[in-house]
Amino acid sequence: MKEADNKKKRLLDLMLIGGVLILAAVLLLVFVLNRRGEANPSGGACAVVRIDGEEAARYPMSKNGNFPLNGGTNTLVIENGYAWMTDSECPDKICEHMGKIHMNGQLIVCLPNGVIVTVEGGEDSGVDIFG
Amino acid sequence: MKTMKTKKVAVMGLAVALAMILSFVESQIPPLFPMIPGIKMGLANIAVVFVLYKLGWKEAVTISLLRVFLVTLLFGNIGLLWYSLAGAVLSLAGMIALKKTGLFSEIAVSVVGGVLHNAGQIAVACILFETDKLLYYLPFLMISGTLAGVAIGLLAGILIKRIRVEV
Repeated sequence: MKEADNKKKRLLDLMLIGGVLILAAVLLLVFVLNRRGEANPSGGACAVVRIDGEEAARYPMSKNGNFPLNGGTNTLVIENGYAWMTDSECPDKICEHMGKIHMNGQLIVCLPNGVIVTVEGGEDSGVDIFG
Repeated sequence: MKTMKTKKVAVMGLAVALAMILSFVESQIPPLFPMIPGIKMGLANIAVVFVLYKLGWKEAVTISLLRVFLVTLLFGNIGLLWYSLAGAVLSLAGMIALKKTGLFSEIAVSVVGGVLHNAGQIAVACILFETDKLLYYLPFLMISGTLAGVAIGLLAGILIKRIRVEV
């Protein structure tokens, strides 16, 4: 195919980049609107642990404690309504840096060990889907 | 099978080495936004885009896949090989297709590479975890991938213009 000249390329570049950013914004909007529509079941919030897609455990966020996950590859700490991950066996420790979660839909992911922790039945985060 | 020119072998070896070093350097940089995993510069893509423009798409595929395997073995995480592979393959496919159109510069090519790399990784995560919750990261990664892609594309563009490779 014939190469477009540089000026035209710059313009098409900008259009493509703009398109990607607009798509990202639209997706974000859709996710936020969906999240708002979700029912917020009464009863206390739970930290739900999924290992390789299967729900493995559910811990009430109101109860403090340390919970070994996935046979000890990760440890979940719950304290004062916040949950976070400590002691991951993986070298990256990305999940340990993901911070403390407490609102609906927030999550902590440990890809190498296949562990996901989400909050369910908690407080809605409002606009920002990551709280 | 066509024999490869010695010079081409040497250039490709250099490119793989460069991609690996860039991956290593990047792995030493702490994440800027730890709450959203997957946000990164994608420095190694400089080498891939460079080879894509200087040598061709087959060579770019070779460089990129070699990098994934070598980096995973040397200082990566074997558990993350599928994520890296999916990201690399999708990113390569997108970049090659976009370059073939002849309508875009290396900046757009690199942006598409970056965004598709993230998209591929999220896709694998969604399949392995059997959940769609991880899709929430996609818009954020699309934005970060675009920004990183522009930076990488600009850098690769300079190299493509300045460095002469005759094979």
